[in-house]
Amino acid sequence: MTQETHAPKKFAYAAGSLLSVSDLSVPEISAILATTTRLEQMPHPERALLLNGRRIALLFYESSTRTRTSFELAAKSLGATTTLVSDKSSSIEKGESLKDTGLTLRALGAECIILRHPSSGAPFVLARETGLPVLNAGDGMHEHPSQALLDARTMLMRLPGRDAAKATAKSLDGMTVVITGDILHSRVARSNALLLPRLGAKVLLSGPEPLLPETALGLGAGVEIVRDFDAALERAQVVMMLRIQKERLAGLELDLGDYIARYQLNGDRLARRAPDALVMHPGPMIRGLEIAGDVADGPGSAIELQVSNGLSIRSALLLRALNSGGFESVTV
Amino acid sequence: MSDVLILNGRVIDPANSLDEARDLLLRDGKIAAADKPGSLRNIEAAETIDASGLVVAPGLVDVHVHLREPGQTYKETIATGTAAAAAGGFTTVVAMPNTLPVNDSVAGLEWMLAPERRAVVKLFAMPAATMGSMGATLTDFAALRKAGALGFTDDGKPILEDAIMREALIAAARLGIPVSQHAEDTHLTGGCSMNAGPVAFRLGLRGMTVEAESRIIERDIRLLQEIEKSEHLRPHLHVQHVSTGRALEAIREAKRQGLHVTCEAAPHHFTLTDEAIGDYDTNAKMNPPLRAEQDRQAVLAGLADGTVDCIATDHAPHAAHEKEQEFERAPNGITGLETALGLALRVLHRGQGLSLTKILSLMSTAPAAIVSLAGRGSLAVGSIADVVIFDPAAEWNFAAKESRSKSKNTPFDGAPMLGRVHATISEGRIVFRQ
Repeated sequence: MTQETHAPKKFAYAAGSLLSVSDLSVPEISAILATTTRLEQMPHPERALLLNGRRIALLFYESSTRTRTSFELAAKSLGATTTLVSDKSSSIEKGESLKDTGLTLRALGAECIILRHPSSGAPFVLARETGLPVLNAGDGMHEHPSQALLDARTMLMRLPGRDAAKATAKSLDGMTVVITGDILHSRVARSNALLLPRLGAKVLLSGPEPLLPETALGLGAGVEIVRDFDAALERAQVVMMLRIQKERLAGLELDLGDYIARYQLNGDRLARRAPDALVMHPGPMIRGLEIAGDVADGPGSAIELQVSNGLSIRSALLLRALNSGGFESVTV
Repeated sequence: MSDVLILNGRVIDPANSLDEARDLLLRDGKIAAADKPGSLRNIEAAETIDASGLVVAPGLVDVHVHLREPGQTYKETIATGTAAAAAGGFTTVVAMPNTLPVNDSVAGLEWMLAPERRAVVKLFAMPAATMGSMGATLTDFAALRKAGALGFTDDGKPILEDAIMREALIAAARLGIPVSQHAEDTHLTGGCSMNAGPVAFRLGLRGMTVEAESRIIERDIRLLQEIEKSEHLRPHLHVQHVSTGRALEAIREAKRQGLHVTCEAAPHHFTLTDEAIGDYDTNAKMNPPLRAEQDRQAVLAGLADGTVDCIATDHAPHAAHEKEQEFERAPNGITGLETALGLALRVLHRGQGLSLTKILSLMSTAPAAIVSLAGRGSLAVGSIADVVIFDPAAEWNFAAKESRSKSKNTPFDGAPMLGRVHATISEGRIVFRQ
């Protein structure tokens, strides 16, 4: 601590909140993975009793397909009642603050809020002001913790000799994960770069300077910047592609054709540099831009497994958030 | 006005290189006597303060505060803001013009300075340099000066246009007062809510670079050079809340060249870094933002070597509901009047070894000189009886809820302080007592 006075202010958050992957210890990550596996194996009728009658609010200030649907289906599969509030069809449009929206949901009986928000840090505000467990479903450019957890699970399921039902500091030992694309604006990249090294993986970030500033190295010791995508691929067991938003390139000194030439994951590049690598993409993907269609659909692709793992991981996170007595018992 | 006797104190008066035991007599709002202990024993005073073990110093002067009146009295009023000033040992504060409406007219300035506002300590103001602080048309400098303006600023907004800034520096130079600049090239800071760097990257927030601060200062220094050459005037540029090593280097060089540049540093910039934002604590959000450790060290070095002329708080109250928001939406600014002395003594005196004389100069004598306040910032006989009495060894923790300010937006809630104000005397009146 270099400051003269005091550590940053510590706020209290409800148990079961997941605001950043940094909140989780490795044993907690392990418990989440174990619960995920256990829930998948559990007969449906039994699962549907775990959160029977509990109320979960989904508060979405941004559009979402995968995350919203998987959280919603996860909640329902556990027997919970869900309600969806989006910025487009609520009092948020009338200027109601995040705090007041949260307090309203709490007063209506919500026991947990799943928040997607365009502003980095918004889930912290909501968790502080409501005292409810809050699950961060993506906040601005900051984090997407459930995505990183489902990505870790996907790797553990697909990489040889790994156990997806637990986590240790060596779960991904010896594995190198390349994350490529618009790192600067990506909450998925941040959560993965913070999580995977704690499970033993090496994370290589690859992309041009405007999308990947040197300050990214501040994410931690297990993170390295390798601007040459081909060189990064040659070291990789896993390659994770991120979406390129054309509108974001507009303001930057970046040529789309040049970007595709240097950073697109296509069949030729994959075959030459990392033929056995696991190919991942958090979606939504733009085929033909950051990733070629044949690679997305190819044998190395784990993209659909990522989506289904989203459902499983989010079920475990909901159980953890509502800590209904079920979380501990199903982890045993 | 009744007499006040302050006995047995350690009198530190940087303006007169005095640091010794003295008794002080305040009469008719002036320092009437400052003599060896015991020599004023026989005087009958309405109030006698035993200052044994305490420091007696010229009242602190803050050239940069936001009192929010008129227009935003839910955040602060002149009465509450100056009460906080008194509690912090300040006897003079200079109000910034970004009120609603902007303080850009003689009528507005007179309203602000009127006795009806019930200022607890001496209130001065720097009106806007341009109408509505829109950066386009200069306000009436001469008329505002006559009405009491100590300088001109569009604080919160930089004066970006070269021609307007040049015009402002010339007009202020003719009146012998400074233009006070909030140095931020806003072309580089759109959408930014904190300092650029690894912390901003990790938090996913857009960051302001150090160049956004230094570029405006470098531009302003070029204007000073041109004006000195072509107009044979000596304009005075005062740079507000300097927060980066790069800006300080530019100021250091300008001073070396003999240009009339002064600058202030804020306690939060010499105490905290951007790590203090933690979990998006909006009470650690201000502009300029908390910087990296190397910049904090540069501010400390500037305070020690004289590049930084004075300490100013940039006291910027905001209501709780405004700070309980998403980090990017929350307004910039923190309160500062009641924590400035306690931080300066802890960080600069105990931490950096700066003498009490040096710190009191930075907080009183020097800021009074920057805005040419006659009779303030000194305890010489005949000076205005603005006095702070404090215990330099008192260790305590600041509690935001006990603040006199209407707003409690501070990152220093619960933070350790060194040195506690025992009493504050404004023009001979005791306005605060612990």
